[in-house]
Amino acid sequence: MTVNRNVKKLLTFLLVLLAAPLAQAQLQIEIISGNASALPIAIVPFNWEEASPPPVDSVDQIVSNDLYRSGLFKPLNRDDIIEFPHEEADIRFGTWRLLKSDYIVIGKVRDAPGGSGHELIYQLFDVHTQELLLSQITTVGEGDLRFGAHRVADAIYEALTGIPGAFATRIAYITSVGLGTDQRYELVVADADGYGPQSVVGSPEPLLSPAWSPDGRKLAYVSFEKGNSAIYMQDVATGARELVSSGKGINGAPAFSPDGKRMALTLSRSGNPEIYVRDMDTGRETQLTQHWAIDTEANWSPDGRTIYFTSDRGGKPQIYSIPASGGSPERVTLSGDYNARANISPDGKKLAVAQGKGNEYRIALWDFASARFTVLTPGKLDESPSFAPNGSMVLYATREGARGVLAAVSADGNVRQKLVLSEGDVREPAWSPVIR
Amino acid sequence: MSTAFKWIMAIMIAMTIAACQPKPKPTEPAPVTETVKQVVTEAALDASDYTDARNFDNPQSLLSKRIVYFDYDKSTVRPEYRGIVSAHSAYTAAHSSARVTLEGHADERGSREYNLGLGERRGNAVMGLMSAQGSRGNQLNVVSYGEERPVCRVSDDTCWGQNRRVEIVYTAR
Repeated sequence: MTVNRNVKKLLTFLLVLLAAPLAQAQLQIEIISGNASALPIAIVPFNWEEASPPPVDSVDQIVSNDLYRSGLFKPLNRDDIIEFPHEEADIRFGTWRLLKSDYIVIGKVRDAPGGSGHELIYQLFDVHTQELLLSQITTVGEGDLRFGAHRVADAIYEALTGIPGAFATRIAYITSVGLGTDQRYELVVADADGYGPQSVVGSPEPLLSPAWSPDGRKLAYVSFEKGNSAIYMQDVATGARELVSSGKGINGAPAFSPDGKRMALTLSRSGNPEIYVRDMDTGRETQLTQHWAIDTEANWSPDGRTIYFTSDRGGKPQIYSIPASGGSPERVTLSGDYNARANISPDGKKLAVAQGKGNEYRIALWDFASARFTVLTPGKLDESPSFAPNGSMVLYATREGARGVLAAVSADGNVRQKLVLSEGDVREPAWSPVIR
Repeated sequence: MSTAFKWIMAIMIAMTIAACQPKPKPTEPAPVTETVKQVVTEAALDASDYTDARNFDNPQSLLSKRIVYFDYDKSTVRPEYRGIVSAHSAYTAAHSSARVTLEGHADERGSREYNLGLGERRGNAVMGLMSAQGSRGNQLNVVSYGEERPVCRVSDDTCWGQNRRVEIVYTAR
């Protein structure tokens, strides 16, 4: 076993170093069910005014895809666009009314003044009133044109829905390829549209439970590379990582507090899993729960005062709450046989959970005000819900045949989309905070 | 060199030595010394002697069985698996240098971190039984893999049943 272990260790080490782009592993997104009341909008191709040649994926196409994916918009097909205005004076609103577009976006891309980077200049109009709704310049760095396009989509989304967009964000997820001794696990980070997946860490041993720091720069996760569960924290950009916890028993379910100063984690050094809160500066850990049951999967309320967690102290897993500073746990979810892995909405009003009934597990939303559940997904083995930072969508893991895939559902359950990887299993998605 | 490989080598060497012993003629009473040697080298394998390491590879012996299966969301060792656990308790009790890792596993249903807890609870259940039957605390170690290491990947009852398990893994015999 020693030789084997050492080889594994070496492999793990090498793979940690290789934070390589995953060429074949990009997620494909398809809309499963759309929204009948989606807003028709025309995104006119942006005029490319830079000295360098335009990129393959045009800014307008990225904006158009983002809005389409949200399910709230129905962008006009590119082939149906016959006029290409770039200035307000050139828009003939009658044409766009005939094309049944309620809104129109025009824009251009220029070299950022005084250095490298891009300047995205764009405007949004109401076709019927001809009113200018939004006029903005977004400046991004040289390699961030896609990010800039996502920010344009965010601004349009906010102007028309009143909710900030969440397109300029990222997702983390775990992939698993192969079986038995050939099995490989990766923690991957990609743009929220699945583009540009990067392996953060790879290992022949299981990886699970990725969690974002509130500034979107770090990921905490659980790795079995040492032969038992251990919690690591890693800088996504530099790859620098540190060991957070590797005590006897389970080291699992890391969750950063909203201010990033503390981390809730599950440790079983007392003999069974309990929730602890760790001060990230001092490393001091305070035990929060004390019960023979399984207490795990801590999730912080947006104000950082309450921690929601899974416990089977009542016989079956249910969601409980406890003050983050310590106190008595109270049961939250009052119906359903099995409720686990709570993820709170950014406004703190709802909890997304994996809800089990017989052999079927679905994503359900617990509404605090009405004390009721709404089932959001139709799957058989849906789990790991993760809210978008604007609360519009819930990303989750589901099955397609024997394969694990990711899916997202709008918070009202009307729009669903699937994110499919070319090979292997994808699971445990975690939607990043808004990246500023 | 893996522990299993070392053992296979040791057994093969033992068997070679045994084969080299001169066979006494049945009509002639063998000298006393010869008889003693024979007892040592050709002792019949008693499948129910759980202190005998040769039984790890004897399909007739409970010592060759090293997986305990569980019911859904349960961590009680079912009666039909108590014999297996007792066999390994007897072995570890008789061999103080033996070390065992009890790897706890769950099926894919439910959340992953809860299943880590469930796998550990199953490992602890087997450890509790073994401790009660003579295994020492420093011989046993529980590692939970939750649902991360399935042996079967079909989403049905048969497959789930195979995945809900504790594997008794000897790191030293």
